This record gives sequence, structure tokens and C-alpha cells, in this order.
Amino acid sequence: MLIEDIMKRDVITVEPTDTIRTVLLKVQQYRIRHIPVVEKGNLVGIISDRDVRDACPSILGQPHDDDESIFCTPVSNIMRKDVITSSPLDFVEEAAYVLYENGIGCLPVVSGEHDQLIGIITETDILHTLVELMGVNFPSSHIEVEVDDRIGILADVTQLFKIAKCNVSSVLVFPGRRPTKKNVVFRVQTIDPRKVVSLIKGAGYHVVWPKDPGE
Amino acid sequence: MSPPDEELSLVHDCQYIEVVKQAGHTDGDFPLAASYGLGTEDNPAFPNMHEATSLIVGGTLQAVDMVMSGQVRNAVNLAGGLHHGFRGRASGFCVYNDCSVAIAYLRKKYNARVLYIDTDAHHGDGVQWAFYDDPNVLTLSLHETGKYLFPGTGNFTERGDGQGYGYSVNIPLEAFTEDDSFLETYENILPTIARGFKPDIILTQNGCDAHAFDPLTHLSVSMKVYQEIPRLAKKMAEELCGGRIVATGGGGYDIWRVVPRAWALVWSEFSGQLLDRKIKIPEEWLERYQEESPVPLMPTLFDPIDMFPPIPRREEITIKNKKTVEKALLYCPKG
Ligand SMILES: [Zn+2]
Repeated sequence: MLIEDIMKRDVITVEPTDTIRTVLLKVQQYRIRHIPVVEKGNLVGIISDRDVRDACPSILGQPHDDDESIFCTPVSNIMRKDVITSSPLDFVEEAAYVLYENGIGCLPVVSGEHDQLIGIITETDILHTLVELMGVNFPSSHIEVEVDDRIGILADVTQLFKIAKCNVSSVLVFPGRRPTKKNVVFRVQTIDPRKVVSLIKGAGYHVVWPKDPGE
Repeated sequence: MSPPDEELSLVHDCQYIEVVKQAGHTDGDFPLAASYGLGTEDNPAFPNMHEATSLIVGGTLQAVDMVMSGQVRNAVNLAGGLHHGFRGRASGFCVYNDCSVAIAYLRKKYNARVLYIDTDAHHGDGVQWAFYDDPNVLTLSLHETGKYLFPGTGNFTERGDGQGYGYSVNIPLEAFTEDDSFLETYENILPTIARGFKPDIILTQNGCDAHAFDPLTHLSVSMKVYQEIPRLAKKMAEELCGGRIVATGGGGYDIWRVVPRAWALVWSEFSGQLLDRKIKIPEEWLERYQEESPVPLMPTLFDPIDMFPPIPRREEITIKNKKTVEKALLYCPKG
């Protein structure tokens, strides 16, 4: 799945010459945390609600003469210029990795030589997509199998689902709790997974779920 | 008596009904079947499928009519309770959903407010989705969490939609919940919700697959639960809607040790022939069926105390279930 499939296309933006007051208003009005700064449609910076808060006078402090001048400061003075961006053709998992690695909450999506802003993606969008990808879109049972981390293991295990005539609706592979192992979660479209579970056990694999009360 | 297609189509797509009819009268493969959930391991096509499965719906509709007309106070159709059937798709051993059709029929013919109580170990997904936006139908499902178990839905966050928000209530219980926490949960929520909703009739689904012997599920309850479930449901009907209640069966996959005992209890509660905790299963019955049964039949109606080994994380499971109840009750009617 690509970023252009899930990105938000109507992006709230400000110009470098807009004031901090404008940013504050937009942050509140649209309940957003990041606003890309654009000039002629091209991305030149980003400003967050936190950048603005840091720049504004404390509400606890005494009024200062320079309050008004801070609200009138142009965005270009406090925006960050080294923006981490994404391409519309990036995979969703790449974008998730970039957000995670950099500890940031959103990625403006740009295209072309001059970084034309065409969308934005937030961590919430990505989480939502992952939830959908892993979710239950068909009535199904969950079967978790611990397997050796080696070539062809997935083909070997899935073959058993074919023998049991069990339709698989999703597969998730993740590192196992034990070294040299992987755990594979299948969601299968059956109310009665006994047949396939006994085939899997019979083939010598460790079935993590379903389990018995004693286990 | 089988209901006319007109009544089935209160819930089911006409095309689906046609496919079910044809699949029951075709030799060999029926290519269209798969996209309707038929011809699978769970829902194989079989001869006269439409005739057999619609007859079950007819039974539940007749039960509903007899109760609503005042002919009887309550009625039981143990063949019913096929709660996984969808509008246009067979699922989880269910073709037509008699509970959904009966509720739609109650809405249309009697304009009745219906409280649906589903205590099968699996989530009552077909009934929930059929009435998800209807504030006149409250679906309450207690089931083993869908994290692992079929059908995977039934999270407490599924609360209904639009006008029906708050009228779908889900209590996903932890695996190995056992009697005490199961009954505590049931006795906590049912009176609250029923009094808040004020139904005109109650429809219950009495799947008995939460029992410790059941091979498909992991709630580990004993036979005691299958006396308490109908008892409280009936009591709520007496208190709130002139005793009008229709009970159906449901899932149950230990057909030798669990289903006959559990549904004997359901029947005894509704028919007012209360059974004693110490009662023994008649010798003639045991003699007649032991030969066919692959497992030793149970000699008593109730399970001996401490028949099952203690479950290590009991306290943690009980606390988790309590928290689930709190969250599930947040937006539903309460009284
Ligand atoms: Zn069930």
C-alpha cells in the first residue's frame, strides 16, 4: 500500500509571511498539531503547535510590552526549515519507519523538483491503516504457530491450510519470543479450527493458540 | 412450517435465498456458492438445504407469534439460535438467521421493542450487524473474546451506529473465565440494561458452547451456568414485559455430555419444572446412549464441584472482566 492511497489531500497550510496569530487560530480551528509552510505551493518549512507555544509569552507571567510583537512575528522567523518528508510513492511501512525513527508525528508528502506539497500523513493515519490491515474483515478464527526461522517455512505451513480446506484471510509474521524462531498468526475463515490445528501439530509445529487450560 | 420467502427476506437478500434453494437441489459443485459462504467446510451445501434451514426459522417465528398473541407466556425453539447467519452469507454453521428474522418480524408485525440476549461462547455477529443502527432492538452478547476465537468481532467498542448507538452491547470475556466471573458479569449487566431499555419482548440465544467440555471454546463454565442464564432472563421478562420471552438454542459441540443437559435445564426453567441440583440422569437414558457416545456420559445433571482443575490466573481474569463490564456499560441504556 502506498502513501498516496492513504494520505490526506486537502492540507491546511500557512505562508512564510503569515503571523504566529494566524498559526494559533488555524491550530485551534482545525485541531491539528502541524502546519506545513508553503510558498507558491512548494514546501519551505513546517511549524507545530509546540513551536508556537514555545515562542508565545507564558499565560502565567505578567503582560509584557512585546506580547503583541510576538503574535505579529512572521512564521518564517520560527518555522523549521529542515523538514522530513515523504513521497507519494513510498510504502506505508517506510513512512511508519521514518516517523518512528525520527520521533515525529507527521510527514508532509511532496513531489517534483521544488517540493510541491500534495498531501500530509500523520501517525494516526498510519495506525488506522495498520489496524485495518490486521483487522477482522471476515468472521474468522486466530491461529498462532511458532516456526523455525528458515526459507520455505511459510509455504510448508500454509500447505496444511490448503489440505484442511481452510480459507486464510490474513497472515502476520513477527519475530518469536525465542531465538531462531518466528511466530505466524493466521486468521482463517472457520468456526472450527480443530482439523487444521491437529494437522499443524501433527507436522511437528508448536501451536501457540488455540491452547488448553493447563498450558 | 417453513416461512414464506417474504419473511426470510425481512433479513436475507433474495439472491442469497435463491442460491440456498438451488444449492440444495444441485448435484456436484455449485460455482456461485462460495461467494455466499456456502460449500465451505463450515457450511457445506446439502440436499434440501433451504427446506431444512427455513423450517428452523419457521419454528422461531411460530414461537414469537404464540407469545405475542398471548397463547403462551413463553416458548422455546432449541433448533434455533443460528446467530452467525448474515444478510447474504452463510457463516459459522448458520445458513438462515432465525433470530434476526424473528426480530425483524417482531418489529414489522408488532412494532415491538426487542431485547436480544446472546450467551453463546461466540459473538452474536449476524444479529448485531442486522440491527446495528436500530434503537428499538438492543443486542446484548456475552462471549469469549474475539482476540483468538471466531468470529473475531464483539469488542466492547462495537456499540451501534447512528440512532442505534448504545443499543449494541458486547461483553468480550477472557478465556478461562469460569462460573463465578461469568455469572457475576451476567447478573451485573442484564438487569441494568433490561430495566434501562424496557423491552416488549425478550429473545434469548442459549448456545451452550461455553462449557468446559466444549472442544471449540475456552470459557470453562460448568452446567450451573445453564440454569442461571434462563432463570434470570425469565425473571426479567416477568418484571418488564408480562413474561414475554422466546428462547432459542445455539452452539454446543460436546453433543454427548453438554448439550442434552444444558438444554434440559433451559427447558426446565421456561416450562416451570425446576430441577434439583442433586438430580441424576435417568438410567434408561444412559444405557440407551452410552454405546454410541465416544466419551463416558455424565451421570448427574450438574457437574460435580471441582471437576475441573483450578485455573492459574483466576484473579487477573476476574478483574479484567470487571473492567470490560464497566467500559461496555458506558453508553447503553441503564435502569
Ligand atoms: Zn457458538
